Amino acid sequence: MGGLQKKKYERGSATNYITRNKARKKLQLSLADFRRLCILKGIYPHEPKHKKKVNKGSTAPRTFYLLKDIRFLLHEPIVRKFREYKVFVRKLRKAYGKAEWTGVERLRDNKPGYKLDHIIKERYPTFIDALRDIDDALSMCFLFSTFARTGKCHVQTITLCRRLTVEWMNYVVTSRSLRKVFLSIKGIYYQAEVLGQLITWLVPYQFAHDHPTDVDYRVMATFTEMYTTLFGFINFRLYQTLNLVYPPKLDSKAESELKAEHEEDYAMDSESYLEKLSALSASLARVVATAEEEENQLDHFPTEGEDLENMQAREKEQKEQEAQKRLFEGLKFFLNREVPRESLAFILRCFGAEVSWDKSLCIGGTYEVTDETITHQIVDRPDMDKQYINRYYIQPQWVFDSVNAKMRLPVEDYFLGTTLPPHLSPFVEEKDGDYVPPEKLKLMALQRGENPVQEEEEDDDDEEEEEEDEEEEEEEELTEEKNLKKMEDKRAQGKTLAVKVTPGKVKPWETGSAGNKVRLEQEEKAEEKRLAIMMMKKKEKYLYDKIMFGKKRTTREVNKLTAKRKAHEDASKAQKKQKKAKKQ
Amino acid sequence: IEQGQRPFSDIRNTVGNVPMEWYQDYPHIGYNLDGKKIFKPIRNKDELDEFLDKMENPDYWRTVHDKTTASDIRLTDEQVDLVHRLQKGQFGDVNFNEYEPSVDFFTNEVMIHPVTNRPQDKRSFIPSLIEKEKVSKLVHAIKMGWIKPRKPKETTPQYYDLWAKEDPNAILGRHKMHVPAPKMRLPGHEESYNPPPEYLLTEEERLVWEQQDAEDRKLPFLPQKHSCLRAVPAFSRFIHERFERCLDLYLCPRQRKMRVNVNPEDLIPKLPKPKDLQPFPTTMSLVYRGHTSLVRSISASPTGQWLVSGSDDFTVRFWEVNTGRCMKTLEVGGAVKSVAWNPNPAVCLVAVCFESTVLLLNPSLGDRLVVSSTDQLITSYEPPEEDKEQAVTWALSEGPEHNKGHRLTLTHPKAVKQVVWHGKGDYLSSVMPDNSSNLQVLIHQVSKRRTQNPFRKSKGLVQCVSFHPLRPYFFVATQRYVRIYNLIKQELTKKLMTNCKWISSMAIHPGGDNLICGSYDCRLAWFDLDLSTKPYKMLRHHKKALRGVAFHRNYPLFASGADDGSVIVCHGMVYNDLLQNPLIVPVKVLKGHQITHDLGVLDVTFHPTQPWVFSSGADATIRLFT
Repeated sequence: MGGLQKKKYERGSATNYITRNKARKKLQLSLADFRRLCILKGIYPHEPKHKKKVNKGSTAPRTFYLLKDIRFLLHEPIVRKFREYKVFVRKLRKAYGKAEWTGVERLRDNKPGYKLDHIIKERYPTFIDALRDIDDALSMCFLFSTFARTGKCHVQTITLCRRLTVEWMNYVVTSRSLRKVFLSIKGIYYQAEVLGQLITWLVPYQFAHDHPTDVDYRVMATFTEMYTTLFGFINFRLYQTLNLVYPPKLDSKAESELKAEHEEDYAMDSESYLEKLSALSASLARVVATAEEEENQLDHFPTEGEDLENMQAREKEQKEQEAQKRLFEGLKFFLNREVPRESLAFILRCFGAEVSWDKSLCIGGTYEVTDETITHQIVDRPDMDKQYINRYYIQPQWVFDSVNAKMRLPVEDYFLGTTLPPHLSPFVEEKDGDYVPPEKLKLMALQRGENPVQEEEEDDDDEEEEEEDEEEEEEEELTEEKNLKKMEDKRAQGKTLAVKVTPGKVKPWETGSAGNKVRLEQEEKAEEKRLAIMMMKKKEKYLYDKIMFGKKRTTREVNKLTAKRKAHEDASKAQKKQKKAKKQ
Repeated sequence: IEQGQRPFSDIRNTVGNVPMEWYQDYPHIGYNLDGKKIFKPIRNKDELDEFLDKMENPDYWRTVHDKTTASDIRLTDEQVDLVHRLQKGQFGDVNFNEYEPSVDFFTNEVMIHPVTNRPQDKRSFIPSLIEKEKVSKLVHAIKMGWIKPRKPKETTPQYYDLWAKEDPNAILGRHKMHVPAPKMRLPGHEESYNPPPEYLLTEEERLVWEQQDAEDRKLPFLPQKHSCLRAVPAFSRFIHERFERCLDLYLCPRQRKMRVNVNPEDLIPKLPKPKDLQPFPTTMSLVYRGHTSLVRSISASPTGQWLVSGSDDFTVRFWEVNTGRCMKTLEVGGAVKSVAWNPNPAVCLVAVCFESTVLLLNPSLGDRLVVSSTDQLITSYEPPEEDKEQAVTWALSEGPEHNKGHRLTLTHPKAVKQVVWHGKGDYLSSVMPDNSSNLQVLIHQVSKRRTQNPFRKSKGLVQCVSFHPLRPYFFVATQRYVRIYNLIKQELTKKLMTNCKWISSMAIHPGGDNLICGSYDCRLAWFDLDLSTKPYKMLRHHKKALRGVAFHRNYPLFASGADDGSVIVCHGMVYNDLLQNPLIVPVKVLKGHQITHDLGVLDVTFHPTQPWVFSSGADATIRLFT
């Protein structure tokens, strides 16, 4: 029995983790610098599996970093830059104090700066990796680009963010990769499919921000610094894949058109150029002039069996996607001044429509309201004075709903002044058992090619006529119906969950009929199951209970939603009836 | 008063240059040259006086209030003129000429005689040493590389193709433990600016939402409906949410969690169908009513024709099993704790225990021959020559008691809780739970009227005891352990850990190799004595404390009764093949007993030949399930 006694916490998981303070001391950095470094390098705390072991027996709440991560930070060149910057600030302060203005100037000239290129390359070794992680970068840049230039962050950052987002939008327009859009109460969600990756971002509505006081803008600025670098590189690469010039340039044809009109309004050439780009109304210049867009057709390979089916499915999908890309092709839109111009122009252009707006609203409008060839005018006000006969006046939701439905929806529901149908989220994918709002069912039917709307309306009318006769009876029946419904619900629950069914006693006078036999069989089965559940192991039972609890909760929620919907519909129907009665 | 003197000393008031507020509370305002007090005017001017003055006095505009003398001074014309000139930025003195011709003291013309005749310094001919030193310092600094030329401005473009030479095989620079950040949750219908009506919160839900803490809320925002896009306001927490996401990205510890993705149906074990395991009791067919208090204990006669029950109403009742008729009722002197029918079919004896007495009864039911032979057996006892001191006094009943059926009375020193017969029917054991003494378990021999105390030491509070059905083993259950003693070798053979907190009952499989233990913590432990001293299976079928367990003598059945009012019958097949473990399948949950005073079923016992189970409950009934 030789050897030294093994000491605790000197091997195993205790040595793999390091607390934040220790890590900071090891790196000899201040907390702010450490935070910055973590953000830039993408280092995050890890939750150890056995916290007590890692924490050397203590259960105090601590955040742990992987020791490997911290070691990896040790030889990061940017740490030296941080120190240099600290020295620079000290020198500058001293020079200021001594009023050595030449010294100040010299120091300013040699201000140490750093680049994040190598970090980006290191964090995202391949382009796809970077693309996969761009969601947050997009949302952040879109947020920063809407900030006022009032000192919450550097003006350069804001302009850079604006530039990058405009570039991104131009790319999405040119590649026609937008897939889904959603108007939420937070802002507008967009989802694009770029090189096979689904990228979602959120753009706030165009309002001035009420800057909260409990937000640390330095943290956000550090993130933005990293994101702008990443975003720029990604934009460059994306433009390259489409053979576009980077930084983006307008098509020479479009440029000459735009040049004539608005040049004098802008002081700086670069400013007006960005504005023109952000108008999204003109196409971009290409490195190699090519024909508009090549049809990329799937090559046909001789295949058999399952492969063939897969192939066909893929082909179908491809076709659908192509169709979606040219959803608005051939339509000519005009945006009224009260609708969000940028988002609508972006979406419409993404699906091949022509868009214009009032000259005074923004640069880049290509035709006037008076143009006779306009097919749709997007309007968000209760009424219009002067209306043209040969165009539809629709509310902006039509565009969003049509994009999500992948088809041009009937415009009747979205006319000026009508009550809009609910706007559904395109991101929800219902599994069986989940609640599906009736509007979604209707939409799905529409997509399949049926036209249930008219029939239903007719039905409604018929029903209403009948109902008027039966009204009084109905009210009496209503309570009964409710009871029945409750019973049904209960039974349905029992069937699915097999928890509430109590074992019945064999009643000889009942066993004869067929229905009772079925019921008896069911009860028997339910009891069997209940007995089997009793024999489950503790661990499995726990898991089973948890799953069942979750299922029960979802059914409860679904029931609640359906009940709410039904109540609402009943209320609205009653209102309608009242109105009718008043009219008569 | 002369103008020139005023700045130097004010002779009207000698207090000097002090704040006049100091004299606020005095009637005077200072002293004149003669040392007399200067009094304030008797009446101060108020706003009205001021206004009247302004309107009526033509010299109001040139009147100035002098604080030091508290009097109004009308400025003279010269003084007014001076003020005007000063206001214009002119000199105060009228006669001052600011444009006097300048006098050229040192002319610009070079004269033939120098002003001074000093020769030029030597230092103006030789190079400066200080400068040389400074230059040499600079040169040295340049040589040493301390001073660098200004860096040229960077010319590389800000963005370029970073992934021009990307390595498709490169994993993330660091290591494999990288956990990518989860993406933001995608919005559902409720986040829409115009959601379907069912997603909007009702008034009560909204109130609940508002009162909840931000962390407890299911939705971090209130769903709202806007009639048109124009009416949608800015989301006030937008920056907050982005910031929180940032915090999550760099502060939140990450951990890989495996999500179990199983079909819940697959978790349910596949058991043989209860239908295939018949026979077992399924329905309640008889209820034996008559007791007025809870029935603590029941026992069936070895023939299966009779049933005895002991209750807290101080009675023992004998029932005919098939008809449910109460054949006999015997009053005893206390609440009956336990009854046990002699398992020997040739003897008709019932042991009843109440308080500190164990009573042996001959119920005189069934075969006359058996009854009379039993009586003979008892009377044929001959006391031994030397009378040994015993822990229990044996007394033969006579007279009216004998007519009632009493045969032998064993008076114990302490309260008896349980009596158990040995399989042969000659021995019987009684339990007097008492933690402090070794006199807890006694074994009596009826034919010799002898009593033994098998244990020298107390090993804990004894809950129940039992004889092995075939071999000379004796099972003693204390609170947490079951000890098995060999009665011949007089030694401990096994100690079973039940993993229960408090054992309530115990039953031994007729084969003798398996044992079940019920406990007050809702568990039933099945021991395979050949396998291990730990339970082979722990069954948590009951919701409340188990009170009684029983094995069937012939069929592979066992039952357990608990305070939740149910009797659960399980199929417990024991195979002769030692390699095959017992098969335990619950086959039926029998309900019928009402729960009274939080007590449900108190005892269960099987019919000796049929697959029937009796249960006695706190609702003063005995039930037969067939």
